[in-house]
Amino acid sequence: MTQTQWILACNTADVPENGGACVKINDEQIAVFNFTRRSEWFATQNLCPHKQQMALSRGMIGSTGDACEPKVACPFHKKTFSLITGECLSGDECAIKTYPVKVLDGEVWVEI
Amino acid sequence: MLKPVVVVVGNGMVGYKFCEKLRAKSAEFEIIVFGEEPRRAYDRVHLSEYFAGKTAEDLSMSTAEWYAENDITLHLGDPITEIVRSTKTINSQKGIVLKYDYLIMATGSAAFVPNLPGVEKEGVFVYRTIEDLDLMKAYAAKSKSGAIMGGGLLGLEAAKALIDLGIEETHVIEFAPRLMPRQIDSAGSAILQQKLATFGLTVHLNKNTSYIAGDHKIEALKFNDDTELPLDMLVISAGIRPRDELAKLCGLEVGLRGGIVVNENLQTSDPNIFAIGECALYDQMIYGLIAPGYEMAEVVATNLCKGQKQFNGFDMSTKLKLIGVDVASFGDAFITEPDCRTIIFEDTHKGIYKRINISNDGKQLLGGILIGDAEAYSMLLQTVNNKIVLPPNPEDLILGSRGGAATEGAGVMNLPDEALVCSCEAVTKGDICTAVMEQDATNIDAMKKCTKAGTGCGGCIPMVKDIINGTLKENGKYIKNVICEHFDYSRQELLDLIRINKIKTYDQVLDTFGKGDGCENCKPPIASMLAGLWNEVILKQDTIQDSNDRFLANIQKGGTYSVVPRIPGGEITADKLIVIGQVAKEYNLYTKITGGQRIDLFGAHVGDLPAIWEKLIDAGFESGHAYGKSLRTVKSCVGSTWCRFGLHDSVSFAIEIENRYKGLRSPHKLKGGVSGCVRECAEAQAKDFGLIATEKGWNLYICGNGGSKPQHAQLLASDIDEATCIQYLDRFLMFYIKTADTLTRTATWLNKMDGGMSYLKNVIINDSLGICQSLEEEIAELIKGYVCEWKEVVDNQNLKKKFNHFVNAPNEKDPSIKFEPLREQKQAAAW
Repeated sequence: MTQTQWILACNTADVPENGGACVKINDEQIAVFNFTRRSEWFATQNLCPHKQQMALSRGMIGSTGDACEPKVACPFHKKTFSLITGECLSGDECAIKTYPVKVLDGEVWVEI
Repeated sequence: MLKPVVVVVGNGMVGYKFCEKLRAKSAEFEIIVFGEEPRRAYDRVHLSEYFAGKTAEDLSMSTAEWYAENDITLHLGDPITEIVRSTKTINSQKGIVLKYDYLIMATGSAAFVPNLPGVEKEGVFVYRTIEDLDLMKAYAAKSKSGAIMGGGLLGLEAAKALIDLGIEETHVIEFAPRLMPRQIDSAGSAILQQKLATFGLTVHLNKNTSYIAGDHKIEALKFNDDTELPLDMLVISAGIRPRDELAKLCGLEVGLRGGIVVNENLQTSDPNIFAIGECALYDQMIYGLIAPGYEMAEVVATNLCKGQKQFNGFDMSTKLKLIGVDVASFGDAFITEPDCRTIIFEDTHKGIYKRINISNDGKQLLGGILIGDAEAYSMLLQTVNNKIVLPPNPEDLILGSRGGAATEGAGVMNLPDEALVCSCEAVTKGDICTAVMEQDATNIDAMKKCTKAGTGCGGCIPMVKDIINGTLKENGKYIKNVICEHFDYSRQELLDLIRINKIKTYDQVLDTFGKGDGCENCKPPIASMLAGLWNEVILKQDTIQDSNDRFLANIQKGGTYSVVPRIPGGEITADKLIVIGQVAKEYNLYTKITGGQRIDLFGAHVGDLPAIWEKLIDAGFESGHAYGKSLRTVKSCVGSTWCRFGLHDSVSFAIEIENRYKGLRSPHKLKGGVSGCVRECAEAQAKDFGLIATEKGWNLYICGNGGSKPQHAQLLASDIDEATCIQYLDRFLMFYIKTADTLTRTATWLNKMDGGMSYLKNVIINDSLGICQSLEEEIAELIKGYVCEWKEVVDNQNLKKKFNHFVNAPNEKDPSIKFEPLREQKQAAAW
């Protein structure tokens, strides 16, 4: 199993409220979401598996179902993915990677 | 116990279909087929395609393996020569003797050859079998002129065959005063004849042939009016003659003019012998079409399997394409006044003839004829067969709605089940209805999972929604067109609530009227409502905007954006063109002229957008809102300032209108057009609103649409002055913004409106709702509040910061973006 580590991604002010931003970590593109409404942060891969576009950070976030599963919709074709499990919620695209996030003193850290 | 033996006499289309149907119902019969022709049953209906490139195998109804797999014994090239009813045995030509329990006569018909002097001559053919076709083909190679004797359905098919064979001069000779005398009337025949003439076919009506002249081969036809027609070959297609000779020989009852007499069970005068297809005579009638033949096969197969089914005649309505011309005839096509009323539409210019016969009380459709355009056939046939009560203006059935009250038919629920709704995933209307009823897919997300409809380009989603709702409604379920799972309100309800409560942010809307955390389905429409109501800069709430609105540019394949500066009316100076060129060059952008008379710059990195716009704004450009559900362009022709036909200055008016409504947020995009004369070079009637100059002023059209379901705009007012145009447009646009569902174009909005165009006219022109003053005031506020969104960004450092790919590396571009060269420019790499 590969070793994971916590990496400083950006400042909380860099990510718009109830929206996402893309962060470059090593050579990877990570989408970080500031779900202000739920006071939660999420991180996923930035690549939408549907058409291989680096776009998820620009997608709209929201929730679905009675359990209010948090999700992101890719801006290209509105494929939606769970922000918790990464599972595709519309159709049968592959799941996306999700990463643990923590916020400390105005800094956003992602475990990769 | 031995299986009962069923012997089928004849291996044509109907005989084959009988085997297929009987085998599908039961394995408890031994089936033995005797065919006279050397090949397996083939599709005789499409025989002429043999000359258009299809092979005999292409036309074949089945494969040799099919008979083996289904345990059916097939004797080809071996006709039955005798039926001995007393011992229930048959003898075949090759000497097979068999006992049967049931005998099925499916001997079909032969071409009827009139008793004319000279029919035996070389160069005279019939049109019935593949062998006939092979003979014709060989002879046609040395023939320049040919004729068909008989202008019926089959005769015209044969004429097509001659054309396909390359005969330079093709004639059709008909004894009756019109073509297809069984299907169409004289006026229809005249139109058809005119159409056929354009394909090089000469039609001779009222021609009675007296003999075929020539030495040993045909040289000419001689008619009894002493005229003649020189010919190299002749194909006789003067009708069919049922093959009843075998039945006659064994003493079965046959009709006076041929045909084996059958009852409603298709039983002949011997209860163990049945007759089906073109050899059967039911109620004094031979059914010479394929559909009733198949129905007869079904009746006999069902009865042999102890089922209950009877043949009670058959609807002889037909629709076909003859030599590229639609011809249809349905119901009682020939009934005439005073037994009915007749509505006729005739267009000799386009070659279209339509006739419908309606009952004297105007309630029922009895039948009709369509030539040249048979699109309405299925709907009309359904109307006859199901005795559907006619609308008050039955002429709409053949003419389409021409303004005035909207007729039934524009709604999606009138589409046939096989209509393709989602062309990406090939989902039909029927698939969607079934998913609603059987899998409870009552919203878009569930529908996407069930059928994949709307998962491709997404362009069909509004129509899918309508079909879901229409299906629920038809089944008596109450439905409310809610915008998504988070709001229990329709767009119009929510818009009123937001306005009355003066709510300015999405979060407040969600807290007050919704539940959950919102989603990509409710955020953009609410963003649009907020923009439409308060006209605040949309970047204040950027994360509720669709990606395009969030970055004020259109996201394209690969993740780059396109930039479209506004070019009102399509008018642009040389200096401005130069600036566009310089910007495109500096940022290496692909440039293309759009359909809306502007210039689109593709392939911009998100981080370059503010700098690009800074340069454009410095040169006097403004945002073109190509990214928004808002006014796009008002297209214009050059108008009276240069054009020698122009009546008014269409460019100036287009610029005025485009500037008036620029930035206006609406349920869907809006496009306009202004034409300086009736030649309509600006295509104004294909737009959401369009103006066409007249001698006295302008004609104003509204609710047109290009796109996947084109629809012409309808006339709202004629010969009005410019101030009135603007006043009506103000009212129209604001009424649309306030009442249309999300992502509904004006055309669809009108189609769904109760009362249609006459209602809308009343609201806009006669102020029937008493709201015109407030509509005008509301839109005036929006117009006053206009700002260029891009100017806001380039003037604001904080807003500019939002345009970066990496927040932790603001100057780096997305390294995954790739381009490929394309004709001296570039394109996005394929995905």
